[in-house]
Amino acid sequence: MLLDIQNLSVVFHDQDAPFSAVKDVSLQVDKGEIVGIVGESGSGKSMIAHTIMGLIQRSACKISGKVLFDGTDLLTMDRETLRTYQGDELSIVFQEPMTSLNPTMKIGKQVEESLRIHTDLSREARRARALEAMELAELDDPASLYDKYPHELSGGMRQRVMIASALVQRPQLLIADEPTTALDVTIQAEILKTLKEINRKEGTAILFISHDLGVVRHLCQRVVVMQKGQIVEQGPADQVFFDPREDYTKRLIAARPTRRKLKGSVPHV
Amino acid sequence: MKKRNWYLTFGSVLTACMLVFIALGFFWTPYDPGALSARDKLAEPSLQHLFGCDQLGRDVFSRTLNGAGNTLIIALAVLAVGFVFGLLIGALCGYYGGAVDATVMRVCDAITAFPSILLAMVVIAIIGPGTYNIIAALGILFIPSFARLVRGEFIKYRSRDFVHSARLAGVPAMRIIFVHILPNTWPVLLSGLTIGFNNAVLSEASMSFLGIGVGPADASLGRMLSEGQSSLFSAPWCTLFPALVVILLVLGVGMVGEGIRERIR
Amino acid sequence: MLKTICKRLGLLVLTLLLVTALAFFAFSIIPGDPTDTILGLEATEQQVAALRAELGLDLPLPVRYFRWLGDFLRGDLGVSYNFDIPVTDLLAGRIAPTFTLTLMAAVLIVLFSIPLGLLAARYEGGWIDRILTVINQIAMSVPNFVMGISLVFLFGLVLHWFQPGGYVSPESGLGSYLWFMLFPSLAVALPKSAMTIKMLRGSVLTELTADYIRTAYSKGNSRASALWRHVLRNAMIPVVTFLATTIAELVAGSIVVEQVFAIPGLGQMLISSISNRDYPVVQAIIVLVAFVVVLCNFLADALYRVMDPRLKGR
Repeated sequence: MLLDIQNLSVVFHDQDAPFSAVKDVSLQVDKGEIVGIVGESGSGKSMIAHTIMGLIQRSACKISGKVLFDGTDLLTMDRETLRTYQGDELSIVFQEPMTSLNPTMKIGKQVEESLRIHTDLSREARRARALEAMELAELDDPASLYDKYPHELSGGMRQRVMIASALVQRPQLLIADEPTTALDVTIQAEILKTLKEINRKEGTAILFISHDLGVVRHLCQRVVVMQKGQIVEQGPADQVFFDPREDYTKRLIAARPTRRKLKGSVPHV
Repeated sequence: MKKRNWYLTFGSVLTACMLVFIALGFFWTPYDPGALSARDKLAEPSLQHLFGCDQLGRDVFSRTLNGAGNTLIIALAVLAVGFVFGLLIGALCGYYGGAVDATVMRVCDAITAFPSILLAMVVIAIIGPGTYNIIAALGILFIPSFARLVRGEFIKYRSRDFVHSARLAGVPAMRIIFVHILPNTWPVLLSGLTIGFNNAVLSEASMSFLGIGVGPADASLGRMLSEGQSSLFSAPWCTLFPALVVILLVLGVGMVGEGIRERIR
Repeated sequence: MLKTICKRLGLLVLTLLLVTALAFFAFSIIPGDPTDTILGLEATEQQVAALRAELGLDLPLPVRYFRWLGDFLRGDLGVSYNFDIPVTDLLAGRIAPTFTLTLMAAVLIVLFSIPLGLLAARYEGGWIDRILTVINQIAMSVPNFVMGISLVFLFGLVLHWFQPGGYVSPESGLGSYLWFMLFPSLAVALPKSAMTIKMLRGSVLTELTADYIRTAYSKGNSRASALWRHVLRNAMIPVVTFLATTIAELVAGSIVVEQVFAIPGLGQMLISSISNRDYPVVQAIIVLVAFVVVLCNFLADALYRVMDPRLKGR
């Protein structure tokens, strides 16, 4: 078991009434497995991702439960130790490719930043590894991209840069937090293909977060469906998609524009 | 969730206190600010002379009141000149844009390349010292910065929907500029006015400190500070009180401006 | 890239022309004729006409402007009415103190404001931040010459760290010259530093909420290294613009503060020339200052473009 979340709850206190963003969630990700978390916005799925990555301010909320990574609890760790995991064993790709890259830093420097933090590699070695990672993220001509700035790239390319910088240190777990939501449908499909390739070649486990059950079904082996901070259903991807047990899951599937439904909805002229 | 705006509260109170203090000087001063008294030369602050006396035996309290009054009037007049013309130029340039706008902004750039105090000093060198000349000199030099501020706001609003629809409805341009757009810009202009006021106070004080300011007959905070320097160690009160008045006035108005900016956010 | 540089340089030349033209025409509308000042009122018509021809005053205004500009660029700044010696010689020894003062003030502002601005942002809402905010707000309200007087009082009269009014020329010891100049520089720098600290703090706090900072944290950056490696450069972009607009005020501030510390620089010369109506000297100083300001703004603009890659080629 690579990632083992046990009874995770996250409660925020900054509003007048305490607000539970995540309620008693338990889920597992095996080595090399792709697991999907599906739910509408506000269902707490991104909150889980941020909690695993240690990106929520611990002072602003109360976190209980366990997040075991390779048997070690990430929640009880002090900041210093947690940082040795961030960008090393664990990494994340965010939803907003347009703003998630530093506008004044060259692409190459951003891709290899994890190496700077976690290794003592020389400049040349870092560059080589960065180019390799960019190759893996299926970016064309990494060497020329290396010295470019984010604003010179398209959204899809920037998301591949994000993926490359998440992969550069060969993490065991990659969290993809709605990585394709902000992108065109065609680019979305290509990026999903890339993620699947990475999983096959490198054996990187992926926790894929999306509001689109259809996307998750093609990519993931197992799916977790969330609503209002709780898990309502989980199981093998095809089973959840074709034989949903919960009403909520059925509604999620129904809400998805399928080809058949689209055809029906276009009036014949 | 209403957070208390400390800047605005504290700044308004301080500004109000300073204005009341200065306004007092327009109606009443304990002594004639120009009256010499050999007996009271460099007298320490006491009940007779609250702020003490200077090297000529003049009452520092009376002179401070009087000088602050002059400073205030000059600053307000400078602000009025700079603001009215800056508003007109900035509004028209911002609303219409085009070649005239580009040219006017180039000239504004060129004017702001000169430090404003230096330029005001040069204008005074040419047209001679005196209260009205200072107001004219500083006022003209304040126009570009206001024009630029107003222009920026008008550029922001001129492509908004409500302006488009007013234009389509046939509202005359002047009415759009002054009735439709102008009220929206008030918060920004108000905060700009506080900065302008402080710059005017500081410029006037600096110029009279350098001896290039109001005529020698009028009391002025800048000149008091310059005169007080010679007896800085033996009679620090000659310097301290006028300095405090300038600092507190600028502090109060500055905090009001900060408060307004915080409210806009 | 080359095109941008050319365009910028063109703009620079244009601004310099405008600035010099303003300075020239402002002085050509002065009522009264320089010949009166030079020859006195009893001069004959012929003498006046001869001098006017000699000074080129009979030529049309634009021609006179370009002549004057040509002379100016060759280092001929005219002749002082009062001292009857070339303005260049008159100003030569006076540029260094003013230049030192302005430069030291600029360096001090950067030295104060970058660490303190970062510190205030790093511990936002903590006691360091609160104390700095209060001190800043007060320091911003103190006119530089009042700051100068306070420094004279404290360090000169009370602590005796320097001799008030005892200007030390660079020839009599560079160390003691810089030591003396430190205090007037502080007077100029402190109020401006307060503004810069405030500006940088706000700018850093805005940047800290940006998405790319979250990315930085996710790679294992600590808050300090995220600040240093990612935030600083982005946050400095608006601050550089602000500092560029401050340069003009720094020069003006230096000229005012020179009076407090009795430094024989351009300021003293300017003020005595204004009182004596020695227009060539006033004109020369003003144009000189404007030149420096425009050049500094040009450099700041270039720096700004280097710092923000998004502006490249624009």
